[in-house]
Amino acid sequence: MSSSRMIIPGESPSGSPTSPKSGTSSAAAAPAVALSMDTAPVSSERSSAPSVIRDFLRGRGSGNVADKSFAAIMLLCACSIFAIVLFILFILVARSKLTLAQFGLTFFSTSAWDPVSGNFGALPFIYGTLMTSLLALLMAVPLALGVAVFVTELCPRQLRAPISFLTELLAAIPSVVYGLWAVFVLVPIMRDQLGPALARYFGWTQLFGGANFGMGLLTASMILAIMILPIISSLTRDIMRAVPDSQREAVLALGATRWEMIRTGVLRNSRIGIVGAVMLGLGRALGETMAVTMVIGNHPSISRSLFAPANTLASVIAGEFSEATDDTYLSALIEIGLALFLVTIVVNAVARLMVWAVTRGAPARSI
Amino acid sequence: MGVGILVEHLNAWYGTTHTLQDINLHIPANHATALIGPSGCGKSTFVRCLNRMHETNPIARAEGTVKMGDVDIYKDASPVEIRRRVGMVFQRPNPFPTMSIYDNVISGLKLNGFRNRRVLDETVERSLKSAALWDEVKDDLKKKSGASLSGGQQQRMCIARAIAVDPEVLLMDEPASALDPVSTSKIEDLIFQLKSQYTIVIVTHNMQQAARVAENTGFFLNGKMVEFDSTHKIFTNPSDKRTEDYITGRFG
Repeated sequence: MSSSRMIIPGESPSGSPTSPKSGTSSAAAAPAVALSMDTAPVSSERSSAPSVIRDFLRGRGSGNVADKSFAAIMLLCACSIFAIVLFILFILVARSKLTLAQFGLTFFSTSAWDPVSGNFGALPFIYGTLMTSLLALLMAVPLALGVAVFVTELCPRQLRAPISFLTELLAAIPSVVYGLWAVFVLVPIMRDQLGPALARYFGWTQLFGGANFGMGLLTASMILAIMILPIISSLTRDIMRAVPDSQREAVLALGATRWEMIRTGVLRNSRIGIVGAVMLGLGRALGETMAVTMVIGNHPSISRSLFAPANTLASVIAGEFSEATDDTYLSALIEIGLALFLVTIVVNAVARLMVWAVTRGAPARSI
Repeated sequence: MGVGILVEHLNAWYGTTHTLQDINLHIPANHATALIGPSGCGKSTFVRCLNRMHETNPIARAEGTVKMGDVDIYKDASPVEIRRRVGMVFQRPNPFPTMSIYDNVISGLKLNGFRNRRVLDETVERSLKSAALWDEVKDDLKKKSGASLSGGQQQRMCIARAIAVDPEVLLMDEPASALDPVSTSKIEDLIFQLKSQYTIVIVTHNMQQAARVAENTGFFLNGKMVEFDSTHKIFTNPSDKRTEDYITGRFG
């Protein structure tokens, strides 16, 4: 079996079998087909010797029981997700029965929030949640994509690790710390520099009118944007890195510039993954509580100005839960939780629908 | 019409490895030229130097003169300009999975901002016909993804994509090595037809393939070009002992 030199017939047509067994150099001149004639099964030489490996492998059994129990355990894990979701939904509905009965669906469409007179409506909070998240995405997504593109495609190798590390570090900071930072740094900047500038140059949009105290919808959106930036950018970076180099080479070989290569070879191939990353960021933005509560102004109103104080579903629960003394108030807050639950589901469904609509016509796989 | 390529004193490195050592070679226009040699001998590096793909690797470096017609590609032009004139087909088919067959074929044109619908339609048909793929895909050009084709079809689509930009030179880096014999013979037929219009450089491990499609053959060994001559001479009466040993299968 130990042929000192492998002979490859020079004229071997592709695909025809050549046998490594015949170590005779005289076979070199013969056509490859002839070689395969004297090919015997490899095992014949060894069959007489007792094989520890074979005995071991034969003694292992079918593995049926192990496989089935493994499958059952995995099924259980999967079912626990359904169970948890249903349980949360059940509790939310059960504990908000009072207001559900009293206001019905109008709870979700009225703006009143008056604990003293017992009048509750969730609309300002739904608006605040959607608006802050949307604005946060608008600010964070381009920035996150920029970071990811730079790290995967442009940045010198030495810089890659530090930037990635810092991005991940950003994700590990507790949200209350972000909130503190926002109160002491972002709010003054917003009040004294950024706010007045926005009002002066973009005042005509009427989005930046009214009094500017530094706390409000826009400040909350900005801190949210900073908080979701790391998750979006690090996921996007991983997705882009998973695009095979052959795709990049294919585009480059067609005469693409670096930007064209990134657009066609990298971004296009990772677009579904990028949407997934954005969805995760959005999920975090919708539910973020502490940092938002500290800078949004906590006032249940819907106003055109982005400077105006507002409130979100999550932050009103955090802010007012300890004050909710009577049953209706408590029930209203729990129904706010139900509203947040529903908003999250609807937003995710809409996003998936949009992805589906965009990629339906064109054939699309992530990589 | 293709252009001839004149290579003088071409050296290439990967990091500190001297992959190509002083290559001198004239590749005639509108002919197919085959490059053979054992794995790791520098054939692929050589073709990648002809469209400056070699330098896309951050640790890679190339020096020397490569003249395409009268343009010195390392002095007179940017890599992007060169790659617009030189098509390349890779070892593994690399279709764009998010694009339809149609968009795959015209991706080179679209990339460069070419928008004329009528010309695009014609180009797709002409390129796919040249690549012997038209009849198999003409009914789902815009319906199917480029990645949904079989391996052989994908590679022919990649050839169509390369010739859709009407290059003067077509580089093929083992274009059939991942394919079955039927697809291989289709691609060989294709090379045979295309070489009247393009200058083709093909890297191959299959010496019969070199003998079938190419007028000239170069033999590479350990980063040097051992011999370059007409294919007939290389395979029947090579002047170098090492070439003869390789051809007859005495090593490799």
